[in-house]
Amino acid sequence: MSEIVDILISASFWAAVIRIASPLILATMGELICERAGVLNLGIEGIMVIGAFTGWMAVYQGMPLWGGVAVAMAAGMVFGLLHSVLTVPFGLSQHVVGLGVTLLATSSASFAYRLMLPEVTSPPKIEPFQPLRVPVLSDLPWLGEAMSQTALTWAAFAVAAVVAFMLYRTPLGLAVRAVGENPAAVEAQGLSVTGLRMGAVIIGSGLMAVGGAFLTLSAFSSFFFEMVNGRGWICVALVVFGAWKPGKAVLGAILFAAFDALQIRLQQTSLGAVLPYQLFLALPFLLSILALVLMSRRAEVPAALMVPYNKGER
Amino acid sequence: MRLEPIANPSAARRLGLPALALVATLGVAMLLALTAGANPFAILGQIATGALGSKLAALETLNRATPLIFTGLAVAVAFRAKLWNIGAEAQLYAGAIVAVLLGSGAVGGPWVLPLSAFAAMLAGAALLLGPVLLKTRLGVDEVVTTLLLNFIMLLLVSYLLEGPMKDPMGMGWPKSTPLIPEARLPRIVEGLRLHWGFALAIIAAVIVWVIQTRTTLGFEIRAVGQNPEASRFAGMPVNAVLVKTALLSGGLAALAGWSEVAGLKGHLSSDLSPGFGYTGIIVAMLALLHPLGVVVTAIFVAGIFVGSDAMSRAAGVPTYIADMLMATALLFMVLAILLTKVRVVRG
Repeated sequence: MSEIVDILISASFWAAVIRIASPLILATMGELICERAGVLNLGIEGIMVIGAFTGWMAVYQGMPLWGGVAVAMAAGMVFGLLHSVLTVPFGLSQHVVGLGVTLLATSSASFAYRLMLPEVTSPPKIEPFQPLRVPVLSDLPWLGEAMSQTALTWAAFAVAAVVAFMLYRTPLGLAVRAVGENPAAVEAQGLSVTGLRMGAVIIGSGLMAVGGAFLTLSAFSSFFFEMVNGRGWICVALVVFGAWKPGKAVLGAILFAAFDALQIRLQQTSLGAVLPYQLFLALPFLLSILALVLMSRRAEVPAALMVPYNKGER
Repeated sequence: MRLEPIANPSAARRLGLPALALVATLGVAMLLALTAGANPFAILGQIATGALGSKLAALETLNRATPLIFTGLAVAVAFRAKLWNIGAEAQLYAGAIVAVLLGSGAVGGPWVLPLSAFAAMLAGAALLLGPVLLKTRLGVDEVVTTLLLNFIMLLLVSYLLEGPMKDPMGMGWPKSTPLIPEARLPRIVEGLRLHWGFALAIIAAVIVWVIQTRTTLGFEIRAVGQNPEASRFAGMPVNAVLVKTALLSGGLAALAGWSEVAGLKGHLSSDLSPGFGYTGIIVAMLALLHPLGVVVTAIFVAGIFVGSDAMSRAAGVPTYIADMLMATALLFMVLAILLTKVRVVRG
């Protein structure tokens, strides 16, 4: 037990929690925007892969780090456009299209990787984002170490704040939320349901891709095929866990990241000597299922989630 | 723009648009070949000969199609009831684990094969039962739970291969103890590298087709998929139908893993399935969820994968082109199917 307490009070543990939460927060915000507008985006897993790949490749080709973030975002938006064209005006099954987009984005990243780096056996490294020095904060004991984070992490939290503000404090956010609840009413207001939904999916997909790019540009410094490893699906669960609210979703991501950071450290304790390490690795996925079960009764699902809207049809 | 239903779609529309989707996929293949600096016409030929050009290639394609028929059927059965089973990959591994559990010496004699097949189906069915009960009882979306279970299952396989099921003669390779000869599926024709799993897969497709078209359950699955509220109103036990569908679907997916272990590999390894569970979704969608169509599309999809491997070695185009083409075909096909039923109008 004391081992666990030692872990929980260490600054390095909390630094890891915030680091692990960052890509989840970015991608969860992306998924949340899509779902608030009424579109389930199962392209998330593949879009994170394409973001991780394109961002890293852009930097490897000589672009600055923020340029890589922009490239990743643009790539994510392209796949978001594809997803939204098929699911919004054409109203195709969001399950099937989402999985199709994931397969396409993942295989595109693998294809492009092999094409651009045909001979390499281990992926080349880039110089990733470095922890940002914040005046005063960085000099504080404990907190300075826990908050020693890269600019992209700070950006992730800023994005969450902006998404919350936009959704609840602006007319655009009201329109996005309304289109996920009652699209016919939005149409009656003279707004375009198609435009709002497509816009939400495209922007949301851009954020998912930045979440993926965090992995290559901030957390690690290379691209690996399996690096996203189900994080996208976990983010879909986090949106449910957060009851489709940005603040709760961020808390969910941090809670989740805490368990993830804990399991890595528990593997090195006396517990890790007894239990197989695969059990620790399975913990995030088991927790996601548990979170879905716990929230199932209480969740306030957007009423028009997964319901395509066809003008003139009542 | 707006979609308007077409009352009586012409035959040209019903057949022409899906055909156009396949032609468009070929177009994408040629574009990808161009970006890879290969001859776009040559690679199509290389994929075709790589898949069917020799007896060896054709048998390899049929072997590769076997697990895809099973996972394709699993997905087709489930999707017909709008039960989104994306966990065929996990159910496949459940079947593979059972094949090793019962087949590596625990049970002997002539009964080991039917017994392990049946037990594998039970394991796959049980694995899907959880997500389905969560869906029917608590309203938890089965897409996410079945997806998450895929990752948990792979970790379980990794644990088993390093621990309880580890092959002591494996020279450090993560693979299971081998099956005993009685637990192996024999070849259909002696001397030809094609095992009975393929024949069983076709039999399974026929059985599923009979269930869907000739039984009450088949009718109920269809009705629940088309309109669950109306089915419930008509007095149909919707949840019970979903559970039965899940048992069938999970069982079929498990047979994919069982037949790969018992028929092809003879042992379990963590790379047993290069995503057969996910590819099953493409197989099922391309077949328009028709069980007999699944056999055809599974062979087609397997051919693209086998052919792309051969083409990749010859033309230097990354083998991932096959995955890209399958995803493209899926998206084109769902759009084409929609456009056979509706037309796009302005305004």
